[in-house]
Amino acid sequence: MLNTIASAGRRVLPNQWDLIAFAAIMAVLTAIAQSYHGISAPLPAPNVPVISLHYSNLPYYALRTALRMFAALFFSLVFTFTYATLAAKSRRWEMVLIPVLDILQSVPILGFLSFTVTFFLGLFPGNTLGAELAAIFAIFTSQAWNMAFTLYQSLRTVPRDLDEVARGFRLTGWQKFWQLEAPFAMPGLIWNTMMSMSGGWFFVVASEAITVGDTTITLPGIGSYIAKANDEGNWSAIGAAILTMAIVILLYDQLLFRPIVAWADKFKVELSVGQEVSTSWVLNLLQRTYWVRLASQPVFAILRSISLLPIRFPRIVPTLAKSSSEGQPSRILDAIWILAVLAVAVWAGWRTIQYIGTEVSWDEVAHVFVLTCYTLIRVFLLIVLASLVWVPISVWIGLRPRWAEAVQPIAQFLAAFPVNLLFGATVSLILAYNLNTNIWLSFLIIFGTQWYIVFNTIGGAAAFPNDLTEAAKNFHIKGWRWWVQVMLPGIAPYYLTGAITASGGSWNASIVAEYVKWKDHTVEAQGVGSYIAEATNKGDFPKIVLGVAMMSLFVTFFNRLFWRQLYAYAERRLSL
Amino acid sequence: MLDPATTTLLNVENVTQVFATGSGESRKPVLENVSMSLKTGEFVALLGRSGSGKSTLLRIIAGLARPTEGKVTISGQPVTGPAEDVAMVFQSFALFPWLDVLDNVEIGPRANGVPLEETRQRALKAIDTIGLDGFESAYPKELSGGMRQRVGFARALVMQPKILLMDEPFSALDVLTAETLRTDLLDLWQEGRIPIKSILMVTHNIEEAVLMSDRILVLSSNPGRIASEIQNTIPHPRDRLDPPFRALVDQIYALMTQRPAKPAAREAAAAGLALSLPDVSTNSLAGMLEEIAAPPYDGKADLPHLADSLGFEIDDLFPLGETLQLLKLADFEEADIKLTPLGKRFVDMDVDQRKKVIGEQALANIPLASHIKRVLDERPSHRAPASRFREELEDYMSEDYADRTLRTVIGLGRYGELFAYDEDAQTFSYENPE
Repeated sequence: MLNTIASAGRRVLPNQWDLIAFAAIMAVLTAIAQSYHGISAPLPAPNVPVISLHYSNLPYYALRTALRMFAALFFSLVFTFTYATLAAKSRRWEMVLIPVLDILQSVPILGFLSFTVTFFLGLFPGNTLGAELAAIFAIFTSQAWNMAFTLYQSLRTVPRDLDEVARGFRLTGWQKFWQLEAPFAMPGLIWNTMMSMSGGWFFVVASEAITVGDTTITLPGIGSYIAKANDEGNWSAIGAAILTMAIVILLYDQLLFRPIVAWADKFKVELSVGQEVSTSWVLNLLQRTYWVRLASQPVFAILRSISLLPIRFPRIVPTLAKSSSEGQPSRILDAIWILAVLAVAVWAGWRTIQYIGTEVSWDEVAHVFVLTCYTLIRVFLLIVLASLVWVPISVWIGLRPRWAEAVQPIAQFLAAFPVNLLFGATVSLILAYNLNTNIWLSFLIIFGTQWYIVFNTIGGAAAFPNDLTEAAKNFHIKGWRWWVQVMLPGIAPYYLTGAITASGGSWNASIVAEYVKWKDHTVEAQGVGSYIAEATNKGDFPKIVLGVAMMSLFVTFFNRLFWRQLYAYAERRLSL
Repeated sequence: MLDPATTTLLNVENVTQVFATGSGESRKPVLENVSMSLKTGEFVALLGRSGSGKSTLLRIIAGLARPTEGKVTISGQPVTGPAEDVAMVFQSFALFPWLDVLDNVEIGPRANGVPLEETRQRALKAIDTIGLDGFESAYPKELSGGMRQRVGFARALVMQPKILLMDEPFSALDVLTAETLRTDLLDLWQEGRIPIKSILMVTHNIEEAVLMSDRILVLSSNPGRIASEIQNTIPHPRDRLDPPFRALVDQIYALMTQRPAKPAAREAAAAGLALSLPDVSTNSLAGMLEEIAAPPYDGKADLPHLADSLGFEIDDLFPLGETLQLLKLADFEEADIKLTPLGKRFVDMDVDQRKKVIGEQALANIPLASHIKRVLDERPSHRAPASRFREELEDYMSEDYADRTLRTVIGLGRYGELFAYDEDAQTFSYENPE
C-alpha cells in the first residue's frame, strides 16, 4: 500500500561512489551550460501561439498538458526498463548507476529547467518541439528516478524459488524477464508511478511557461494558463484553472491509474487472497464486457508469444556466479573499471569547478552556503510544523476506517495540486498586511508536500493493529502517554515515509515558492530557492550550477544523516 | 523396478559445497564428500534435518547450483547448468501468481520451443493425470494448498523428465491434504502412469520417507554427509501401523538421535566454542520435560510417538531433545527420550528453582555461557559487546549458526539470570532494571 522509500535500504554515509556520481552529474549539466555559452546569440524564441485566458480554451490546454504527462510517462518507462535492468544485471554497471540514481533523486531538477530548455531548444532551433521536449523532460525527471529505483529493487528481490523455476526450465534472459521479473516488479512499479504522477503535475505546470534570460517560452497548456493568469492577476481565471486541474487529475486517476492498479493486483506474490483488493469500475467494465474480452484475447496471445520468444541476452553476468568459486569476478578487470570511472569523475569535477570559477568567487560560494542554510531551516521547520498539525488529525482519521477511505484519495489528489495556483492569494495577503516574506512565503513550500505526511500517516494509523488500541484502552493508557508509547511508535515507519517524501518535494518547491510573482509584484524570501530562480530569470548559468550543486549537497547530506538514520531505526525497532 | 537391467541414471561423486562466510576467509562446508546414485525405477528419499544441506544437494543435482568440488552426471552426461532431464517440485509450490493453472503448466514446454498444439496436448494430459481437471483457468491465489501443489506436480510432469526431484513437497500442506497427495502420487508412480524413471525426494519427515521410498539416505548435519543408507523393502501398499513399518521408523529415529550424541564428537565439541545451539526457548524446554514426565510416558517417551502426539516434525523435536541432553536434563536411548534424575526433579520445581537449575546447567555444560560470564567477571566495567562473542563463534561456524547460538545462549542466560543483554546497545552486562 505504501510507496516505500525506494533507496532507504542503502548505506547511510555518502561514500566515494556518491562523490563520483555527484561530480559526473554536475559535469553533464555544466557541459550543457557551456555549450550554450558558445552560442552568443540569444535563444531562438520559437513561434508559439499566445495564451488566451478565455475559458473555452481550457479543455484544449488541459488535453495538451495531459498528453505531455503521457509522453513523459512513456519515456520514464523506457528509461526505467533499460537503466534499472542494466543496474540489476551487471555488477560493474551497478557500482556506477545506483549512486548516480541516488544523487539524481536529490538534485532539484526544477533548478535545471533553464539548462534543459536551453539544451532542447538548441536541438530544434526555432521549433516548439524543443520546448515541448524540455517540458516533458522536466516531468520525466520527477518520475523516472523513483521508478527506476523501484524496478531495480524488485529485480534484486525476485523470490528465490520462482527464480529457480525459471532457471530450471532454462528460460532465456528475454523469457525470464517477461515471465518472471517484469510481472514481479509490476505492482510496486505501478504504485510508485502513480505516486510520482502527483509530483509530475507540479512540474508540468512549472515547465510550460519559463523565462530564461530574455527569452520567454509558453507552451499551450494549463501551466501557461496559470502563469498568464498570475501575470494579469486574474482571479476568475485562477478559479477556472483550479477546476480544470481537478477534473484532469480525477480523469487520469479514474481512467488510467485505478484500472491499472486494480489489474496489477494479480501480480502480487503473496498467495493468500489479498487483504486489500483494489477495485476499479473501469476495469470491471472492461473485463465484464463480452466484446472487449473477445477483442483483447488475440492481442494477449500474441504478446504472450512474443514474451516467450527464445531471445538470449548477451551474457553480462555468469549465471552461477553467486554460488561457485569459478564465477568469481576478475579483480583486475574490476580495478580497471574503477580507475576508468574515477578518471572520468575527477575530470568532470574539475571542469565543473573551473566553470563555476569563471564567474563566481569564494564569497559567492559562502553566500550561497548561508542561503542554503536558510532554506534548510525553512524546510525543516515546516515539516515539523506540518507534522504537529497533521499527525494528530491524520491519526484520528486513520483510526476511523470510513473516514480514512474517503480522505486518503483526497490527500493524494491535493498533493498533485500545483502551488502556483496560490501565488495570487499569497502575494495579496503579504502586500495587504505587509507581512515578513521570509516567514510567510515559507508556507508555499509545504503547500503541496504536506499531503504526503497526511496520506502516509493515515495509512499507518489504519494499519495499526486493533488489539493494540484495545489493549491501550483496557489499561487506561491515555493522553500524552498514549501518543508517546502507543501510537507514535506504531505509525513511525509510515510517518517517516511521508515526511521523507515531503522533505524531498519541499526542496524542489522552494525554487518556485521562494520567488513569487503576481501581476507586477515580485515577492521573494531569502534562500537558495530564490537564488536559483533569480539566476534563471537572468540566465546566469554559473550561478545556477552553483546554487543547484549546493542544494544537491545539502539534500544528500540531510537525507543520509537525518532521514535515513531515523528511517532505519524505525524499520529496525518499531515495525509491527 | 520392472526393468531387470536397472541402470544408474544419476551419479553424484564426492560433492562438496562451501559457502564463503562473511569475512570471506574461513569457509564452512555445507556438504562434504557426498556420493550417491539413483537407478532407473528407484524412489529414493534424502532424509535430514534443517542445515544438513539436503536442499542444496537437490539444487546441485538440478544444475541450479554448481558444487565447489565433485561431479554430477545424469545418464552419463555431466551436469553443468540447469539439467534437461530433471524437473523439480518445490516446497513453496513456486507457482507464478500471475499465470493461471494452464499457463503455469505450459510455461516449461513453451519456453523450450515445443510447438503450441503439442504443448497444449501435453499440458491437458498432465492436468488430467494429476487430477486438476476443471481448474485450468484458475489462478494460484484461488486454489487451496493441495491444489497448488498438484499444479506444481503437473508443471514438472509436463516436461517429461527422467528424474523427478521433490524438495519437501508435502511439508507446507496440512496433515490430511499431505496424506492424500502422497497416496495419489504413490499410486501414479506404482502403476507407472507417469512417464518418470526415478524420483528423488528431500524430506525431514521420517514416516514420509518410510512410506514412500525404496531407499533412504540419512544426511548428517553441519557439514552434510551421508550418514547411513537404509533399504526399504516393505511391500506396497504400506501401512503406517504395520510392525515392520514401525520398526523401520524406530530404527531411523535411533540412528538420527544417536549420531550427534556420539561421545567423542560431543565432548570434543563441548570443549570449545564450536558447539552450535539450535533455536529453542526455555518455555518449550520446560514444556517438553513436563510432557515426558506425565503419563502415559512417565519419564520415558518413544520419540515417534511423542512427535506424533505433539504434532512435531523432527526439526521441532530433535533440537529440544538435544538441548535437554546438553543441559543434562534428559537423555536419548535408542528411539526413546528419558528424563535424568535432575530432569525429574525439575518438573516439580517452582519458577525460581527452575531458573536456578537452568542457569547452573547452562554454565556447567555450555562453554559459551561460561565464557560470557568469565569475560564479564574479568572486565572492570562488567560489560561486553555481543560482537566480540559473535566473532569468536564465527571462527567455528557460519554467521547464521553463530547468530542462532548467541540468541539461544542469551535466552538461557536471561532465564537463568546469569547476565543481562541490551538489544539496542548489543552488550552483555549484569545490570537489570531495578
